[in-house]
Amino acid sequence: MDVIVLQLFNGFSVSSILLLIALGLAITFGLMKVINMAHGELIMIGAYSAYVVQNLFLSYMPSSMFNWYFIAAIPFSFIVAFLIGLLLEATLIRFLYGRPLDSLLATWGIGLMLQQLARTIFGAPNVGVTSPSWLNGGMTIMGDVVLPYKRLFIIALVCLCLVAMYVYIYRSHSGRRMRAVMQNREMAACLGISTRRVDAMTFAIGSGIAGIAGCALTLMGPIGPSIGTYYIVDAFMVVVLGGVGKLIGTVFGALGIGLSNTVFEYWTTASLGKVLVFLCIVAFLQWKPMGLVAMRSRSLD
Amino acid sequence: MLAVRQLEAGYGESVILRNVTLEVQRGEVVCLLGRNGVGKTTLMKSIMGVLKARKGHVTYSGADLTKRAPGERARRGIGYVPQGREIFPQLTVFENLLLGLEATPGKGRIIPESAIMKFPVLPTMYGRNGGDLSGGQQQQLAFARALASEPALLLLDEPCEGIQPSIVDDIRDVIRSIKAEGGTAILLAEQSLEFVKSVGDYFYILEKGSIAWEGGLEALDDEVIRRYLTV
Repeated sequence: MDVIVLQLFNGFSVSSILLLIALGLAITFGLMKVINMAHGELIMIGAYSAYVVQNLFLSYMPSSMFNWYFIAAIPFSFIVAFLIGLLLEATLIRFLYGRPLDSLLATWGIGLMLQQLARTIFGAPNVGVTSPSWLNGGMTIMGDVVLPYKRLFIIALVCLCLVAMYVYIYRSHSGRRMRAVMQNREMAACLGISTRRVDAMTFAIGSGIAGIAGCALTLMGPIGPSIGTYYIVDAFMVVVLGGVGKLIGTVFGALGIGLSNTVFEYWTTASLGKVLVFLCIVAFLQWKPMGLVAMRSRSLD
Repeated sequence: MLAVRQLEAGYGESVILRNVTLEVQRGEVVCLLGRNGVGKTTLMKSIMGVLKARKGHVTYSGADLTKRAPGERARRGIGYVPQGREIFPQLTVFENLLLGLEATPGKGRIIPESAIMKFPVLPTMYGRNGGDLSGGQQQQLAFARALASEPALLLLDEPCEGIQPSIVDDIRDVIRSIKAEGGTAILLAEQSLEFVKSVGDYFYILEKGSIAWEGGLEALDDEVIRRYLTV
């Protein structure tokens, strides 16, 4: 019983991390159809933003305040990644809409440049971010099963991001404009919506959420300039498996990969488990190319 | 109020419209006729700005709009019901209508009663996705969405295409009531001669991308119809 609960928790934990790194991509790739290979580097930027906030707190704030640096780091990471996303959209991405191959190559190049920039500023070796003490330790349930606070915190953070995104996309005026532009750009423009502004905002929000993901990743271990490359494939997997264009699909995609990953790793080994997961994804996409949650509508038939 | 002067437009290498000149006066229903493929939709798109004009001018209420984006034209009071409806499929009917208000910011976020009243079937479907509606219902939604911004000029591109007769009658009634209210001019591209004769004030016939004939209702006789419209 203990083992099942622990594995289940691990599965949810892996899913939550996958979901966090894929949420931003669900917007830039899922909604905007931009193959953004620099998504991993936006995660890296978020991670380094958290590192910078930590150092600022160490240098300028009383040590009693240090434990709260992480609360400041989350919005800071979002804002930094948001602004870089805005810049990226205005200078590059907007010339590449509807050209997937070009945007793939161009954003990959941008990713390499951002990695090199991080290496120049922060140095090539990994840097550590000290987790706040209130996230150390864990919650003990059923006698001897320990659920680490850090992982619980990430799960909570993902839920918060998900709710915020849902409210923004499906309940706000700007979210409605965003969905309209993504579904029918020409008609949205004819109704008086500024498609340029919507594109810029959408891409920037997707980037900002990647920043939050990066900030959360600092809890899991040291960070380096190429941290993003470890996650970019997983992020695309989650979005494609879930079904492009639907937020709820991304959630199912992350849960599917995260839980099956944990199960396979428990049965076999870490690397073989990963192979089996990818095999399952490939087989599934052969069977249902649209992913778990496909958009269906009379007008799309 | 709307004046198109020596307009030339097309797609890529091919020129579709040549030297098109037409006018729409305030409160008038002007109809655009012609066989398939003569450029009616292209002309509508150029007036809305979806398609850039190669030559000539589009002026509206004294302002030259030739180089303006579609959004700018919408904000100046041009409403557009495109061919094929172009409803946002994954948005609800209500959200589709709310988007009609984008052209008139600052007026509050309320869809004008006058736009809804003309299509009493719509409020019963507010929660459904636009893409799940039938063609006729989508047409009514597209029409109401354009009316939500209370436009001074309405561009209707084949509103009766593929629609059941009873809804065609509804649309005819709506056009008549807009005409009776007098606040909105209409430019209507349509194939059905019987339909345009029942609502139109002035007629233009396009042939091979140019205006081949223009005149009032009484001048639109069998001879003209035989020459320009019979297939």
